[in-house]
Amino acid sequence: MNTADQYLKTIYVVQDSEDGPASTGSIADALGVSPASANEMIGKLEERGLAEHEKYKGVKLTDDGIVRARDALQTYCIIERFLANVLAVEDFQSEARELEAVIDDTVAERLDTIIDRQPECPDCFDPETDACACLEIAPAPVEPEQQ
Amino acid sequence: MVAVSVSQRVASDDQLARLLQIGIVLEEVVEARTHRHYQQLDAELDEEVETLLADAAEESADHRERLEALIEGLGVDSVPFGEIESLVDARYGRTRPEDFDDVLYDQLCNEETAYKFYDDLIEAIEDSDVTFSIDREELLATLTTIRDEEAEGVREVTEVMERR
Repeated sequence: MNTADQYLKTIYVVQDSEDGPASTGSIADALGVSPASANEMIGKLEERGLAEHEKYKGVKLTDDGIVRARDALQTYCIIERFLANVLAVEDFQSEARELEAVIDDTVAERLDTIIDRQPECPDCFDPETDACACLEIAPAPVEPEQQ
Repeated sequence: MVAVSVSQRVASDDQLARLLQIGIVLEEVVEARTHRHYQQLDAELDEEVETLLADAAEESADHRERLEALIEGLGVDSVPFGEIESLVDARYGRTRPEDFDDVLYDQLCNEETAYKFYDDLIEAIEDSDVTFSIDREELLATLTTIRDEEAEGVREVTEVMERR
């Protein structure tokens, strides 16, 4: 997945959770980049007709942008599901985040032939857990309460 | 939402090992699917397609062994072939090939996907300045050889498809 796709996926998830345009700050936070870098890439996405930026409001994906973002999210779900179910990786979310930039869509499609993905994918993606909601996730360890 | 990485580099031994494991699984998928093609089209296979599939399966097994040798150096286990074979079997009912054209097209996808995977991996390693616990030159040489064999595979399948 290339950098543009990672941005599209992030904008899609942020605008969905904010129920409106995604602010540059939220996008930069979610990607762990500076707002300046985020702005630069958002400009490129605008040039390609994939996103629209409204001053003081934020970024909204165009219809073409939404299609690409959903594809990217699906690729991400495939990587997570493959890591969790085939390679039995416990911390599959953080590994998927590391690997998504290096795994191409065509490679993900091949991996998809051996995993049992649900038809509702990528609507199954849950931003809270950063994972496909159909995957069983081990509960996070509970921090002992401070006395 | 958790911050994601936007770097396209291989950052550690663990990440490299995981990517090599994925390479092994891709090769295993090719082997298992080729085997299924054999079984399903056995009576009708013509010599050209049969040779192509046999060579592809042999080449995948060879690539798998080379990748296994690399990840052994990183101290990581590979995924047993039997496990992948049963996953391919479990899913195969839904993607059963209808005829030779389907088999050849599937084989073309296999070779193209593998080529793309190794090409991206080589680039991501070259862009990284991490010192891996296995020899970088040897790693890149092995991956480059495998990638070039996949490119040759794409050419061979395309030629057979064009002749038919």
